Amino acid sequence: MLELKHLNLIYENFSFDYDAKIEKGSLLAIIGPSGGGKSTLLDLIAGFATPNAGSIWFNGQELTHQPPAQRPVSMIFQENNLFAHLDIATNIALGISPDLKLSKQDHIAISRALERVDLAGFENRLPQELSGGQRQRAALARTLVRDKPLLLLDEPFAALGPALRQQMLGLIKELHDEQNLTTLLVSHQPEDAKSTATHTAFLKDGKLSILKPTAEFFAIKDNPDLKDYL
Amino acid sequence: MLQRVETHYKVTGFAALFFMAGFTLIAFLALSLTDQSHFDLSKIMADAYLGNIIVFTLKQAALSTLLSISLAVLVALALARRTHFIGRSFILKLFALPLALPPLVGVLAVLGLWGNAGWIKHLITSLGFDKPSYSVFGLSGILITHVFFNLPLAARLILEQIENTPSENWRLAAQLGLPHISVFKLIEWPAIKTVLPGITALVFMLCLTSFTIVLTLGGGPASTTLEVAIYQSLRFDFDPARAVTLALIQLGLIAIFLGLSFKFTKALPQTISLKKTSNRPLTHGKIYHAFDAIILTIASLFIILPLASIITDGLTSNLPRLLSTPKVWSSILTSLMLAVLSACLAVFMCWSMIKSIKTSTGRYAQVVNFIANSILVMPAIVLGAGWFVLLQRLGLVFSFTPFLVIIINAFMALPFIFRILSPAIAQANNQTQKLVTSLGITGWTRFQRIDLPALKRPLTLSFAFAMALSIGDLGVIALFGSQDFSTLPFLLFQSLGSYRTNDAQGLAFILAMLSLGILYLGELYAHHLPPTKKPIANGVDNNA
Repeated sequence: MLELKHLNLIYENFSFDYDAKIEKGSLLAIIGPSGGGKSTLLDLIAGFATPNAGSIWFNGQELTHQPPAQRPVSMIFQENNLFAHLDIATNIALGISPDLKLSKQDHIAISRALERVDLAGFENRLPQELSGGQRQRAALARTLVRDKPLLLLDEPFAALGPALRQQMLGLIKELHDEQNLTTLLVSHQPEDAKSTATHTAFLKDGKLSILKPTAEFFAIKDNPDLKDYL
Repeated sequence: MLQRVETHYKVTGFAALFFMAGFTLIAFLALSLTDQSHFDLSKIMADAYLGNIIVFTLKQAALSTLLSISLAVLVALALARRTHFIGRSFILKLFALPLALPPLVGVLAVLGLWGNAGWIKHLITSLGFDKPSYSVFGLSGILITHVFFNLPLAARLILEQIENTPSENWRLAAQLGLPHISVFKLIEWPAIKTVLPGITALVFMLCLTSFTIVLTLGGGPASTTLEVAIYQSLRFDFDPARAVTLALIQLGLIAIFLGLSFKFTKALPQTISLKKTSNRPLTHGKIYHAFDAIILTIASLFIILPLASIITDGLTSNLPRLLSTPKVWSSILTSLMLAVLSACLAVFMCWSMIKSIKTSTGRYAQVVNFIANSILVMPAIVLGAGWFVLLQRLGLVFSFTPFLVIIINAFMALPFIFRILSPAIAQANNQTQKLVTSLGITGWTRFQRIDLPALKRPLTLSFAFAMALSIGDLGVIALFGSQDFSTLPFLLFQSLGSYRTNDAQGLAFILAMLSLGILYLGELYAHHLPPTKKPIANGVDNNA
């Protein structure tokens, strides 16, 4: 269970408030207009932003003041998930050992992770030699070797075409199930939520106003904000 | 019709280019056609004094660069780590100040802190110790002043590059828990590495051709550079042939250095635009905190104390007496007039050259770009020396002096304002070119209604910058100045040379205020102008 207890952040005179319980194992899609606080929520959970009040809990453990590296979290951004001047294997290796001290098993683990995301043999390529979709899959491979129970995805396919994003969504769903993850997916495509998510949340003006199982969410008819957005 | 506009711009652009090339070429010819009867390569090679000058020129430039760059890297790293530190924006502003000051003011500032009557020696004697015997004149003073000017410049450029790192990389590093050494190896150093050769080359070039600082702080034959030696051979020894030899050696050194640097460096970013805050999460521990605090304190004191001494020494000097001296006022007026004319010329030349590039392509554009950027290579003192030799032969030195000062100062401002204007014009062109062409707006209407409003801001800034550069310059005027024709920097230089330190401090204060005032007014006016309109986005941007 991921719990946000009266979480509040004030940034440039704008107040963000989150209060929610997200069940363990759910794949939650977060939709809403831009500037509504979707990415800010992920930043708070990952520890890139510090809340002014409230607390964050995951499986009974408080995360609120833990440094980013000690949280049970992996995050994938829209772009720049890889260090541009390091090859793919090294980029992934950083997820195992930040000072790059690697055993033989580690190298095997890296190759397995690459195989899992259909990038077998890409170890020595540089990020710039890969397509946008391939780079995102390499980033997913790193989350595999890090093996953290909480996966945060901040519009990871915004730069990809429709066919590719369907493919990626499928892959994420598979990894989510295989690894027993709790996944938060920020998106501006309601279809992503419909096709993949177990739960869907709506965020507007810094408030998390709706969080329901996906089928119930899309059955809501009487919320004007949501209607406007959809 | 479009053809006609383009021709207009081409003609003025070509005229500007032709003027520049011609002016430079004549200086060159005048130098190389001087009586060379005692020009003897073997004699030059055997000239030990000349050898010393060359060695010292290179030595001071290399040491200045090494000190400035290595300290700048430390400072930039500390500033990059301390993203939420309260004094950060103050330090960034402080570091922009030396760039806005005339070299002579920098010299006085350094003397005010480090000099014989400066704060440091004063502090040490007032604590009951013996007065330290070090002298700021010579290599040490030159190095301190060069670091004073170049450390902040280099630190800002390096910091900008570090902060260009995508914010995701910092977050990733925090999430993966990368140790400090890995952050340095994986993020900071690769960023620094891309700009380091370019910045090193820039600083080395500035120190290699530094004139005012070496002239005033060199303090003797042991620490003279080629630029200063050229000046001395013309002004004191009346030996044009020697000046020619020195100028050719200087140009040769610069050519070799440029050849090397073109090979190893990439272009530097066009403008410095530092964000006040950075979105890098704080992850460093206490030891780094202390280390950064020490580095930033030392660097800030190194810049701020000399600046403070300019103010206090200036205010305690006899300002009222200075300001009631007609000589001072006439020098200020001359300086202002020369600066205005020089800035007009510089902006006009730059504008027409850039406009002519934008309306043409290929080789011509490359040539203009090259010339505008490489005029810096031609030291003002060499240009001045050429014309000095020529005009002296014609007996016209003093009647032409003002024009030479105006023209050469304008040339010296060109590479800098080229960097301000060129991207601005390119952007304005991108936004309006198609529309203007399809509506058939041409000639004066286009200039007045379309181009000028869009470019008022960069034009104002360029003008202010060129003016400030000219008003503080002691290059050509050192060669040509006299009792009858004196600018404020020349007057300051004279009072420094005759040990009227108190006057010099007062004049430096006035000069600093003038130069900063011009830049401040320029910025103020530019910010009051309505900003260049951004194109209206189509629909709502829902991508963020």
